[in-house]
Amino acid sequence: MDRIADFFRALNERTGINLPILYDPFDADRFFHGLLTTIELFLISAVVSIAIGLVGAGSLTLPYRVPKAITRCYVAFFRNTPPLIQMYFFFFAIGALTPVRKNDFGFPEPTIDNFQWALITLSLYAGAFNIEIFRSGVEAIHRSIVEAATALGYGKIACFLYVMLPLAWRISLPALCNNMIELLKTTTLAYAIGVPELLYVSNQIWSDNLNTFEMMNVLMVVYLLLVGIVALAMNRWEQALRLPGFGAAAR
Amino acid sequence: MTDSGKNGAFIKIHDIYKSFKGVPVLRGVSLEIAKGDVVCIIGPSGSGKSTILRCVNALTPVDQGFIQVGDIQVTSRDLNMVALCHRVGMVFQQYNLFPHKTVLQNLTMAPIQVLKQPRAEVTERACALLDKVRLGNKADAYPGELSGGQQQRVAIARALCMQPEVILFDEVTAALDPEMVGEVLSVIREIARDGMTCMIVTHEMGFAREAANQMYFTDGGVIVESGAPDAFFSNPKDERTRSFLSKVL
Amino acid sequence: MSENHMKLGPQVGITLPEPKQRSGLAFSPELTSILLAILAVVGIVLILTLLSGADTGLLGELLKWTPFMAQGFALNVAISLFAIVFGTIGGVFLGMGQLAPRGWISAPSKILTQIFRNAPWLVLLFYCIFLIPFQVRIGGETYTISNWLRASIGFTIPIVANFSEIVRGALQSIPSGQWEAARSLGYTWRQTVLSVVLPQCIKRMLPPWMNLYAILLMATPLASIVGVEESMTNARTALQAEADGRLLLPLYAYLLSWFFIYCYPIARISKSLEDRFAVR
Repeated sequence: MDRIADFFRALNERTGINLPILYDPFDADRFFHGLLTTIELFLISAVVSIAIGLVGAGSLTLPYRVPKAITRCYVAFFRNTPPLIQMYFFFFAIGALTPVRKNDFGFPEPTIDNFQWALITLSLYAGAFNIEIFRSGVEAIHRSIVEAATALGYGKIACFLYVMLPLAWRISLPALCNNMIELLKTTTLAYAIGVPELLYVSNQIWSDNLNTFEMMNVLMVVYLLLVGIVALAMNRWEQALRLPGFGAAAR
Repeated sequence: MTDSGKNGAFIKIHDIYKSFKGVPVLRGVSLEIAKGDVVCIIGPSGSGKSTILRCVNALTPVDQGFIQVGDIQVTSRDLNMVALCHRVGMVFQQYNLFPHKTVLQNLTMAPIQVLKQPRAEVTERACALLDKVRLGNKADAYPGELSGGQQQRVAIARALCMQPEVILFDEVTAALDPEMVGEVLSVIREIARDGMTCMIVTHEMGFAREAANQMYFTDGGVIVESGAPDAFFSNPKDERTRSFLSKVL
Repeated sequence: MSENHMKLGPQVGITLPEPKQRSGLAFSPELTSILLAILAVVGIVLILTLLSGADTGLLGELLKWTPFMAQGFALNVAISLFAIVFGTIGGVFLGMGQLAPRGWISAPSKILTQIFRNAPWLVLLFYCIFLIPFQVRIGGETYTISNWLRASIGFTIPIVANFSEIVRGALQSIPSGQWEAARSLGYTWRQTVLSVVLPQCIKRMLPPWMNLYAILLMATPLASIVGVEESMTNARTALQAEADGRLLLPLYAYLLSWFFIYCYPIARISKSLEDRFAVR
């Protein structure tokens, strides 16, 4: 590890390409924790948003009017307003309404901190898009499959859970992958409410070291790598779930 | 059918080879076609019949071999595409009309834009051709409004509007409902009677027997047998030909 | 967002569900639902405001700050228009470049598209704000590149990449038979694209393009983070000026409703266009 650190220190002295994250332990630590925070934000909101998507798609498919209306309003709101302003709305406006409690040091602290608000906003935002994605997936299932399930005695909810959902899930995977990549990119919005994710700590690092250009490039590369990993993982999942003779692969 | 002049064949295909992704589709095909000939190529699917047609108008490049149409060397590196397409017309199984243009525009587009012929002359010719295929009243309709048989007749008229010397028909009735096959075949019959050189890949054995003056049977990428239709159908020489004909007739 | 899901077709023995029935004019139900949505949103904002403090004239404060925020909103729209115009033009070239037969054009096009599609918009924004020079000398004149212009360039880049994908998808959705027919009539690649393929593509590209514009507009508040004085910045200025905690909820809701009223009709219209083109 020291060899790498020395190499980059020397690189800085020779060419002026300054990458303190690779030779300065403090900056490296900051950067690493920023990366972890981004990954945490992404994974948790991904899972929650998928859950929201499934529940929402279910409420749009099943013929119960009130859940359908609520879901439609929810989707309309989160898909047609800017995610940044949603985040400010939740953190500042609604956050101001939450009770304040005293932390261990005796200082007042809001019940939901900025990281949690970021999670909530990201999950709700991505969830709205997932509802649309899963709903399209369900719509793409032919009516005759549902009729067959009904003829076998499945009730509406059971039909949705055991027959439609497994098929809709497979159909929706490509679009879901796209949305997960969007979610990963949207985690940068947490910067605006002070969550120490990757962009935020990179900003701190380049403010301290005046190496904006290098850090920008590192950021781009890191995000491209993260996106690549997510895309690869989703692809593998798609392959694993592939049904022989079903969908475009049947050609 | 006219007795072909023996002063050099019009279309020469010599020993062509073609593979797709390592799978050989044509393995040494040679044939010669004289002007005015109506040639039918039959065979099981995957035997390479459509590929032969597509090599003649350079839609598919050959891996090896030599093709000449009139005085144009199709396999040469400096092929003049425009000249080739002027000489060789093609009609596809899926018609492939341009859905965003009217029937008349489908006919006149290429002669005006590719051959740079004057609009008035092309339009007149196109109208005459539409009358010939009995679709004169559909000149301003869009392809989407026509039946399959009508679309295919428009496709034939489109090929004719380029004033070619040979037309390639690639299984043009395979995608049609049975009741529309007849109208398309009668148009082809008329064109052949007027002296157009035709290369036809088809499954319609009755039509082939009646309209062709030369039959070819392909299997596994080679031409297995050829001959005049009567002899070909009533007394096939090769076992493979016999077996195929017994399945389809 | 839902462009890429697999469509089941006749090739697997499953046919798509029948298109929805149309009742009378195609527009009236759209228009009514859009108007209802707008009314609902306005109503919600009013209720929130009144709940937060009817007696303290919060409604009056909202109205007082409206012109200032509208100025900012106009800048949001301006940025979005700049980015969509230049992004569309760039996207067409990059999209066609991805499908060019020559490798030295298609490979870089594909790489650029992937890079700028997968980079977070905020990172690209920072890139442009920090790295585009503040002043530039062309000829003998020095031109200042203002903050909002740099931000607009920052938004144009992802639009170029995203639209390039839309163009590529539309071009590839044209059946290969069209290319073959054009080829056998003697058309060159360029003639085929201009006369046969692109006209058919425009219909297919319109709904996703409208969606992209809506996403773009909803991304423009990011410019507030880098100091551009658009609606979000102005809203925060207003809040600081008033220093009234009760104004938080109504003001943010108010701002959200503006974006909603602008974007929701776009989303509905693009959806109905998509349905209408698909029925064909």
